[in-house]
Amino acid sequence: MMRRFFLIAIPYAWLLALFLVPFAIVLKISLSDYAVSIPPYVPQFDWAEGIGTFIAQLDFENFIWLTEDDLYWKAYLSSLKIALISTFLTLLAGYPIAYGMARAPDEWRPTLMMLVILPFWTSFLIRVYAWMGILSNEGFLNQFLLWTGVISEPLTILNTNSAVYIGVIYTYLPFMILPIYSALERLDGSLIEAAEDLGCSRLSAFWLVTVPLSKNGIIAGSFLVFIPVLGEFVIPSLLGGSDTLMIGKVLWEEFFSNRDWPVASAVAVVLLLLLIIPIVLFQRNQQKQQEAEQ
Amino acid sequence: MTASVFEPWNDPEAKPLIHFQNVTKRFGEFTAIDNLTIDIYEREFYALLGPSGCGKTTLMRMLAGFETPTEGKIFLAGQDIAPVPPNKRAVNMMFQSYALFPHLSIWENIAFGLKREGMAKADIQQRVEEMLRLTRLEKFARRKPHQISGGQRQRVALARSLAKAPKLLLLDEPLGALDKKLRQDTQFELMDIQEKTGTTFVIVTHDQEEAMTVASRVAVMDHGKIIQVATPDRIYETPNSVYVADFIGDVNLIEGTARPTGSDTYAMSWHEGLPPLKVQSPNSLSDGQKCHLAIRPEKVAINAEKPADADNAVQGRILDIAYLGNISTYHVELPTGAVIKAQTANTRRIARRAFTWEDTVWLSWTATAGVLLAE
Repeated sequence: MMRRFFLIAIPYAWLLALFLVPFAIVLKISLSDYAVSIPPYVPQFDWAEGIGTFIAQLDFENFIWLTEDDLYWKAYLSSLKIALISTFLTLLAGYPIAYGMARAPDEWRPTLMMLVILPFWTSFLIRVYAWMGILSNEGFLNQFLLWTGVISEPLTILNTNSAVYIGVIYTYLPFMILPIYSALERLDGSLIEAAEDLGCSRLSAFWLVTVPLSKNGIIAGSFLVFIPVLGEFVIPSLLGGSDTLMIGKVLWEEFFSNRDWPVASAVAVVLLLLLIIPIVLFQRNQQKQQEAEQ
Repeated sequence: MTASVFEPWNDPEAKPLIHFQNVTKRFGEFTAIDNLTIDIYEREFYALLGPSGCGKTTLMRMLAGFETPTEGKIFLAGQDIAPVPPNKRAVNMMFQSYALFPHLSIWENIAFGLKREGMAKADIQQRVEEMLRLTRLEKFARRKPHQISGGQRQRVALARSLAKAPKLLLLDEPLGALDKKLRQDTQFELMDIQEKTGTTFVIVTHDQEEAMTVASRVAVMDHGKIIQVATPDRIYETPNSVYVADFIGDVNLIEGTARPTGSDTYAMSWHEGLPPLKVQSPNSLSDGQKCHLAIRPEKVAINAEKPADADNAVQGRILDIAYLGNISTYHVELPTGAVIKAQTANTRRIARRAFTWEDTVWLSWTATAGVLLAE
């Protein structure tokens, strides 16, 4: 009994120290007021004044501010839109790759798997910087297209939403591929043969058997892409333009440009609440999957 | 008595449902099916029997359309089926793994093929109910495959493959995953369903007992070739080769040379100083030809005294007794060193058994008990 308690206690202590405590601090700052001081907010907890006075000084002013300035909800909506579209595009790109990997001869699979994971061996920042070199007006892509004669004027891709989508799809593709691959790899080939035997064409066997049986992989992959993209900051700030509105970028500017920690914290708290919805959905999907396997 | 016996293979007028014409299938260097010609008739229960790797599954997959012959042609009801894809063939297959769709209920699994045909909803409903009744699965229609037992899954697979009323049903080791008792029950169920639906069944199995039980004819295969096709009793009683005799059931093989003594009768000399064995066998052998006498253990009698009127009698010593409950198999060592197995039914309690280890006994059998097989 004690043994079991200790086993569970370790991850819970970990969560408490590294998630719940920082979150409580952020929540507290979001309820504070901006001040020209270090740290730049009041009230500071003071033992002399006691906890009652301290709590009395907290308010929801910053959250109300978020609803008043349309920058914030536009940024949330825009992030949501970008996250949804890029999740869909990543699925579109990732599914055929995962399918090809699962169908490849056994001796090829470790190599293909390696190729999918390989980009992780380089820093994420460096890889996103590399895309700047590829996508800029004088970049490799434009030079190549000009050389082949497909275009006569260089395309403006960098610093637009298209560049953000390209960067997101590139970065998050492995998170989409791996769960789908693991679902497809487990798929019994005789099920496809059975479907064909019962009158399905290749295509209808794919829609009626392969896709439903990889559903859990699709859902897992989509959440693994959607959740981090919603709060993504690096990709839109490096590849996106001034009109690319994402909440991660807003958050960063509030913190570092405006030094308005309380408003930035309020933005972060709302973002977290928004993310909790898909995370809970994801958890429920995982649970259902486990129940189905039992 | 002229009760019509089901023997279309003996009727020269009968048209086979399936005709394999010099079919060869190669995978790279490996020849899975080697120049094979067979006929399978309508309403037959045809068993392909052989060790794993003998090509029986390849043969079945060619019928289903998952493999195409490298050479030769396959005809289904007179039509060459090479260009017909699997989803357009009037052939359904029951897979070894059952291949039930895990995301669909039992009902939807059975309806799957009917929906693809574009059958009307009411007709699908009726046909599925009919299949559920036939396989006694009415209670499980709403369950998912992982919520039912192995035996029930096997029946779902059967119902699903029969739902489209195929001309030909292929069964790939259908009972392999079931335990022995369930397997025996299911074998009779299969035969029942085959008779009720009048569908032609081709079953692949490596279990000779299963093939003997269910099939109207058994084809014994080895290395991509058919060795013998015959009814179960003929396969057992008159195998055409040492391979078949040895593969089906238990057999004693005695090596010797044949000398004809009349029409169909032979004297087989098998050991210096011992009288030749009298054999009556349909396979014709020439004088001095090397051959094997194949004789089933249950056709060898075991006695304490030399029987007076036996065609063949040899003396030996009991080496081993295998007690199987209903029968006992005695392993008797002859003075020549060869070991002959003799089987007797245990009609008396074991305490009253007449023989024990090291006893000297006489083994005897009639001239018609065994068959002579050329090398």
